[in-house]
Amino acid sequence: MDQVMREKRDITFHIRRYTPGKDEAPHVIAYSVPVRQGMTVLEGLHYIKENLDQSLAWRYSCRMGVCGSCGMLLNGMPMLACNTQILDIATTGLTLGPLPNFEIIRDLVPDLTPMLEKHRSVMPYIRRADEKEINDPPGEFYQSPEQLEDYLQFSFCIKCGCCMAACPTLATDLRYLGPMPLAQAYRYNNDTRDGFSRERSDVAGSAHGAFRCHYAGECSRACPKGVDPAKAIQLLKRQLVVSYLRLGKAKKPCIKQGPPAGAERKPGIPEAPPYTVGQ
Amino acid sequence: MRETKYWTWHMAAGVVIFLLLGLHMTTMHMGGLTGLFVSHPGEESVARVNSQARDGQLFFTVGYIILLGVALYHGLYGLRTILFELTFRPPVERLISGFLLIFGLALFGLGAWAAIAAHSAALAARG
Repeated sequence: MDQVMREKRDITFHIRRYTPGKDEAPHVIAYSVPVRQGMTVLEGLHYIKENLDQSLAWRYSCRMGVCGSCGMLLNGMPMLACNTQILDIATTGLTLGPLPNFEIIRDLVPDLTPMLEKHRSVMPYIRRADEKEINDPPGEFYQSPEQLEDYLQFSFCIKCGCCMAACPTLATDLRYLGPMPLAQAYRYNNDTRDGFSRERSDVAGSAHGAFRCHYAGECSRACPKGVDPAKAIQLLKRQLVVSYLRLGKAKKPCIKQGPPAGAERKPGIPEAPPYTVGQ
Repeated sequence: MRETKYWTWHMAAGVVIFLLLGLHMTTMHMGGLTGLFVSHPGEESVARVNSQARDGQLFFTVGYIILLGVALYHGLYGLRTILFELTFRPPVERLISGFLLIFGLALFGLGAWAAIAAHSAALAARG
């Protein structure tokens, strides 16, 4: 059994290559890669770069499914190259291409700028009316474990773009916000520390926002982190409608709590470091 | 938030269509079984005498107009959604919205006039 695990098998990587300005159209080049058990697609690409073709371009960074850089189309499914083992999805051949629904910078490198601009438009950060309150470090915004549970799953998003590539609505409607930004809009709307859900909902409920989702569910199938953006979008739709009909309770941002009265610092705990900015 | 309003009414219109169309189907196709809204039991539900009798009832005239309104809104909003997925420029989208609004209102006016005219004619025939 151990012998079998160590055996190498040649798998042909059919990689879609394209350099805008140089190539007239994308074309496929085949590379034979010796694959051992447990080898990831990213390792296969490194093998090609080091041994077969130095001109191949792709994007990667962490190699452990955290940074979201190496999203690409593997056998027709958007996946991360770093946490996909070759032998899990291929027996003799593997097709690789850049994520669809994005412009191609080169080879397997998609231009994620439109996705990141849409992400920015939904204000993916905690906002409160009082700027001084959020910038003043003493005290903390209290949040119960139940309140954390409300959005925790959606905060695992690594912005890899796999959901955007899988979305059939985004394939035709380029102005549709898409699964990732909408899921993040819901994530911050549901965060009790935030106080700007109305402004965020104006963007999420726009003509090319949450209501354009057909609930195909492909985004959730493609998500490598189990975020389930389709669920977030349906919950966001409900939140928007309930808010419009004024059926739900108005969300109040949670209070900031200082240290308990009369509490003394335990010995051995150092002071916080001095401010580096903003003072 | 405007799209939220449109979509909420789109969903609400769907529910109203379901109820009114259910009533319509029951009246038209199950009249012989249920006997509901069949003024002349010897005739079929879709026979002219029964149809004219229903036209003369305010309940049906109002029901027809409401069904027409919600069906037009539901259908035209759906059509607008399909067209918007083709990534037109914002001025073209405004043009589409404006055209569908005018088209819908015109059809609604025509249909409402027909329902009211049928109601008046039925009342006149009844004497």
